[in-house]
Amino acid sequence: MRPIDVIEGKVSVLDRANVDTDQIIPKQFLKRVERTGFGEFLFYDWIRDGEIELEPNPILVAGANFGCGSSREHAPWALEDFGFQAIVAPSFADIFYSNCTKIGLLPAVLDEEHCKAVAEAGEARIDLDDETVNCAAGVFQFQIEPEVKHRLLNGLDDIGITLENEGAIDQFEAERRASFGPVTTSL
Amino acid sequence: MPKTMFDKIWESHEVAPGLIYIDLHLVHEVTSPQAFDGLRLAGRKLRRPDKTLATADHNTPTDGTMAARLIADQLSRVQVETLERNCEEFGIPVYSLGSDRQGIVHVIGPELGVTQPGMTIVCGDSHTSTHGAFGALAFGIGTSEVEHVLAIQCLVQKRPKTMRISYAGELRHGVTPKDLILATIGRLGTGGMTGYAVEYAGPAIAALSMPGRMTICNMTIEGGGRAGMIAPDETTFEWVQGRPAAPADFAAAMARWRELPTEAGASFDAEVEVDAAGISPMVTWGTNPGQVVEVTDTVPDPAEMDSPGDREAAERALAYMGLQAGTPMTEIAPERVFIGSCTNSRIEDLREAAQIVDGRRVAGSVRAMVVPGSQQVKKAAEAEGLDEVFRSAGFEWREAGCSMCLGMNPDTLDEGERCASTSNRNFEGRQGKGGRTHLVSPKMAAAAAVEGHFVDIRDWS
Repeated sequence: MRPIDVIEGKVSVLDRANVDTDQIIPKQFLKRVERTGFGEFLFYDWIRDGEIELEPNPILVAGANFGCGSSREHAPWALEDFGFQAIVAPSFADIFYSNCTKIGLLPAVLDEEHCKAVAEAGEARIDLDDETVNCAAGVFQFQIEPEVKHRLLNGLDDIGITLENEGAIDQFEAERRASFGPVTTSL
Repeated sequence: MPKTMFDKIWESHEVAPGLIYIDLHLVHEVTSPQAFDGLRLAGRKLRRPDKTLATADHNTPTDGTMAARLIADQLSRVQVETLERNCEEFGIPVYSLGSDRQGIVHVIGPELGVTQPGMTIVCGDSHTSTHGAFGALAFGIGTSEVEHVLAIQCLVQKRPKTMRISYAGELRHGVTPKDLILATIGRLGTGGMTGYAVEYAGPAIAALSMPGRMTICNMTIEGGGRAGMIAPDETTFEWVQGRPAAPADFAAAMARWRELPTEAGASFDAEVEVDAAGISPMVTWGTNPGQVVEVTDTVPDPAEMDSPGDREAAERALAYMGLQAGTPMTEIAPERVFIGSCTNSRIEDLREAAQIVDGRRVAGSVRAMVVPGSQQVKKAAEAEGLDEVFRSAGFEWREAGCSMCLGMNPDTLDEGERCASTSNRNFEGRQGKGGRTHLVSPKMAAAAAVEGHFVDIRDWS
């Protein structure tokens, strides 16, 4: 994962609430077993049908509850591959938000009014360390979990960090009764 | 301080702050290939194959194709074969096409008894919330997290807030768990539960069977909820007992499980109360599950909506769905009926639908199909003669899988086709590009198949 520091540039706008991951990347593209190359299928039906137009700018401003529905990480993969580095929205669906943070696509929550202002400004500068979105209309603060921020700022591998706790995991497993939970390999 | 069920499960699985131990990891073919690749790239091993279980469901044809190598669609075939190969390489038990334990991942977990109270369960699928019906903490994850769990059996998680939805009174005749959850999402909105682990409680919930409880927890994600949960009780224990993975010392397990329910006086971050007796059979009219009305209502008028955002979304949804505001829901005529999916494909769902169609015929304008959730459900239904009931009414009786819930396999809607579906999502294009989905209960879907339009199941017999 590439470290994130400052994301700066033009803003694309998708002014709709409850955009689901089935729209972001339709199901027929989930059959690929690779992790790359999803960008050309982003919003496949909406773009092909002329319902929306999207420029591959660094920043996307979206509506509330963005990324609801399916847990498919293909959705953030497609957004990132298309060219977006950050998404600004009034709210995100939980799984989608988490998926974004795992691949270094920065989700920033601003209230609706500030999202509109960023969209209208057309350009913005997002500073992850300061947790700010800076545009012609002003400087808006967003919040992000300290652990997530640390990982994004440094481009760290989640698994690598967790492995630092391996001793604790070993101990946790040892302390549990051997009989705890079903054993899938002996069914 | 009194604790909620969520608190107890969370705290008993916290290896380190924010690091949660996972008791069961369910795997399927769509969201796992890149995770296995990640393991190989980093030279990492799979930590606990004995807590991991895989099946093929999303891509599998339901036409009787009984081996991965026989799948006609090349991409689907590669994906299912990749799953089989990965499972073999990493030592994971896999019930793929051809296994008598194959089926939708959220149907086979409970069926095998690997879903048990007090556990933490994850899967790269948002409907993992289904397993919370057993008093487990179960939630969907993305592929990076799938890789994380494969590697270390733990997940870094932000502790969600807690919500309790209490249902007073009893569901009335003809009203099902599907209607209860659709009505709840209709009230809270598709983002209304975002950030919360939701516990469903009250007499209307306690009275439900396990399949009914699974339907409710399944659709928690459609309200944005991280997880849905229901306190385990005798109904839960009876379900688990005797299943292949049931604990050897069942009495000891039950004693542990009885400690799980939320204690009196425990506090939730949000409380919602719903009058269960006031719920009617529901039908969605739009393109998200929150766009839903009672079957006796009409298609809503966007002009009467308060917020400009809702109005615009409703206008778009009506245009997509090909519906006019003010049309009675009972005048809407689906050409397709789909009974299946991880929401409503268990034996009880099929029994309810069969009861409606028994001795009747599917309307000439309708093509209807029943897709059992698993090979085991199919076998049980056939032993009861349900397949004959459906077949002689004019339904197609198919093999187990996700089928037309998400159109990743040959079962899809054509452009403009309208479907009464027992699945969970009415998103644009979900069941096929340009397809129009109305979410309903199995009973309502069966009655719509017979009549050729939606009916109020309460006055229909």
